[in-house]
Amino acid sequence: MTAQAPTPAPSRFPAGRLAFPHRDLTAIARLERHEILFLLDEARQWVDWNRRAGRHSELLAGLTIINAFFENSTRTLLSFEIAGKRLGADVVNMHAAQSSVKKGETLIDTAITLNAMRADAIVIRHGSSGATQLIADKVDCPVLNAGDGSHEHPTQALLDALALLEALGREDLTGLAVTICGDVLHSRVARSNLLCLQALGATVRLCAPPALMPAGVEAMGAQVFHDFGAALAGADVVMMLRLQQERMSGQFIPSAREYHQLYGLTRQRLALAAPDALVMHPGPMNRGVEIDSEVADLLDRSIITRQVEMGVAVRMACLDVLTRTRRGVEGWA
Amino acid sequence: MKQARPITITGGKLVLAGELRDGAIRLAGGRIEALGDVRAQDGDEVVEARGKLIAPGLIDCGVFAVDKPAFHFGGITRAALMPDQQPPLDLPSRVTHIARSGKPDLWVHPLAAATRGLAGEAMAELALMREAGARGVATGRRWIGDSGAMLRLLSYAAMLDLPVIAHAEDAGLAGEAVATAGEMATRMGLPAAPAEAEALAIARDLALAELAGARLHIRQVTTRAGLALVRQARARGLCVTAGVTPAHIHLSDLAIGDFRSFARLSPPLRSEDDRQAVREAIADGTIDIIASGHDPRGPEDKRLPFADAAPGMAGAEVLLATTLGLVRDGVIDLPRAFALLAGNPGRLLGVEAGELREGAEADIALIDAERPWIVDSRKMAATAGNTPFDGQPMQGRVEGLWKGGVRV
Repeated sequence: MTAQAPTPAPSRFPAGRLAFPHRDLTAIARLERHEILFLLDEARQWVDWNRRAGRHSELLAGLTIINAFFENSTRTLLSFEIAGKRLGADVVNMHAAQSSVKKGETLIDTAITLNAMRADAIVIRHGSSGATQLIADKVDCPVLNAGDGSHEHPTQALLDALALLEALGREDLTGLAVTICGDVLHSRVARSNLLCLQALGATVRLCAPPALMPAGVEAMGAQVFHDFGAALAGADVVMMLRLQQERMSGQFIPSAREYHQLYGLTRQRLALAAPDALVMHPGPMNRGVEIDSEVADLLDRSIITRQVEMGVAVRMACLDVLTRTRRGVEGWA
Repeated sequence: MKQARPITITGGKLVLAGELRDGAIRLAGGRIEALGDVRAQDGDEVVEARGKLIAPGLIDCGVFAVDKPAFHFGGITRAALMPDQQPPLDLPSRVTHIARSGKPDLWVHPLAAATRGLAGEAMAELALMREAGARGVATGRRWIGDSGAMLRLLSYAAMLDLPVIAHAEDAGLAGEAVATAGEMATRMGLPAAPAEAEALAIARDLALAELAGARLHIRQVTTRAGLALVRQARARGLCVTAGVTPAHIHLSDLAIGDFRSFARLSPPLRSEDDRQAVREAIADGTIDIIASGHDPRGPEDKRLPFADAAPGMAGAEVLLATTLGLVRDGVIDLPRAFALLAGNPGRLLGVEAGELREGAEADIALIDAERPWIVDSRKMAATAGNTPFDGQPMQGRVEGLWKGGVRV
């Protein structure tokens, strides 16, 4: 039996295209609060549906979605692939060799090639900040950013927000204190989350050793900490980031052991946060470095697997919303 | 080509060193024969200036390509070519070749590579390259990290009386950065280095130049801290000059906001406060030279993600108009503008040009300082249109250009 796609709930957003007047999803920085809430609302509809057996929709039947990944990925690629397939789209994955990433001709030529193949949406991950926007400017179809360099990872921020809203049973994040700790300098997840969480009303504390904290991040509204204990005090949510060794040029920390000593999330440290503080991690985790296994696996506190689950719903919603104009959905054409 | 018959340009505003004077100029035998209250003689070709500026042809101190159409569009009659060529200008034969390459309507003054292959290690044959026509020694796009090598270079160049043209960015701090550390780079997730990388490099180079008694020209000084060091050094009597390009005068790092690789420059665009400091330094005389840094780059270098793109901008066409903008803004007056664009670079390179005076080479630009136009990267005279000023309105265009008395 095939579960039918959910009937849209009555919406508190403007009808049609006015709710989300963007062709692409390249950065949270380009979205207004109500547009973020709209995408989250859309995603919510798929959460329960995804838990049913035999779920399959024909919403995107006949559309071709290309996942062009210029950088290695397991979970994000899989998540986008599942999202597209559940909606009935033809999903094609393109793994560009790591060695060709730096050769720009390849990138632009790839964009032109994908465009010529008449993709209906392109999902891009690339190691250089701004690469997704560059491709978006060259193609005729919606482009979704699945992570560009250290710039943004908008669907990750959306899924993190959805996971929080679902776990807390709230409509937005007003008054919540979220601590993000780890390699903020190289993290696109941190940037997208900083913008998204603040748009939804949360205050964001960033914590990292000075060398891994980007300059001027206070101007983006973040509170900056180098002492993990101080950053955790009373926090409602603790989001841990891994060390992105692959993006580091030069030495940023003496050793993983020392890093864990200062910034590892242990059970004792977690006790500094608010009593029911939630634990998040965008993955992949380095257990024993930035997070202890016993914390990552805390059933009542860790929402790490819920994040992964929400990822599929969020990506389904994004693919649905961004292809509405092409599909001639009423009010979107 | 030699000037065939004398030319008199009448009824213009002569841009002289330190003053602006209504008058005419007579060019004969490739030189400025007379200027001021001058009348055309029988047989002269007469050009009516109709109140426009009669100015020295621009001397562009530090370009990366010989791009004649762009230079002529911008009123540039001489350009000092950086040694960063393929292959680098590190051999006398290459210098000889380059020194001849633009003649007759453009004179190219080669800058010798300070080190072989511009690798920053072994010194190149500076004396032989001076013989071959090099007008200075340049470290290229990079800073020489080895302080011992830099000191030996400075003292050797001082002995040869060649100015050393340096790039000031501490290599360790700058690393692979493509932007100045700050809110903008952080928002965009770009590899960034603190602006202090410049002051660090300048402080060291000034100390070494003082020790060596060398003439040091820092091609681009773009930060408040760097400019303060230059100011102090000059007050101490050091022979140091500072340059800048239009980008760092008119743009801050806000211009990189859309990842447009045309704004990827080396050194990177700075904060608004540093940009203001550059303007103050132009006003107070700390900055001596405005050059284009002309570096035309096609799509294969620029149509890339920001950090992967090559740095550099095509600047020759906007050099004059952007500097005239400083005059309109009241930062400097017209004579000072042409000191920055022609007089001072001429002195640095030791060439008989850059000022209107009797007996000097007749390199003349006739300029309508008011004429408006719009920069269009798709329709530039340069071999590539990589300009961060794309779409911006400009004022000031060259209406006539003479190199050695011959109309270009």
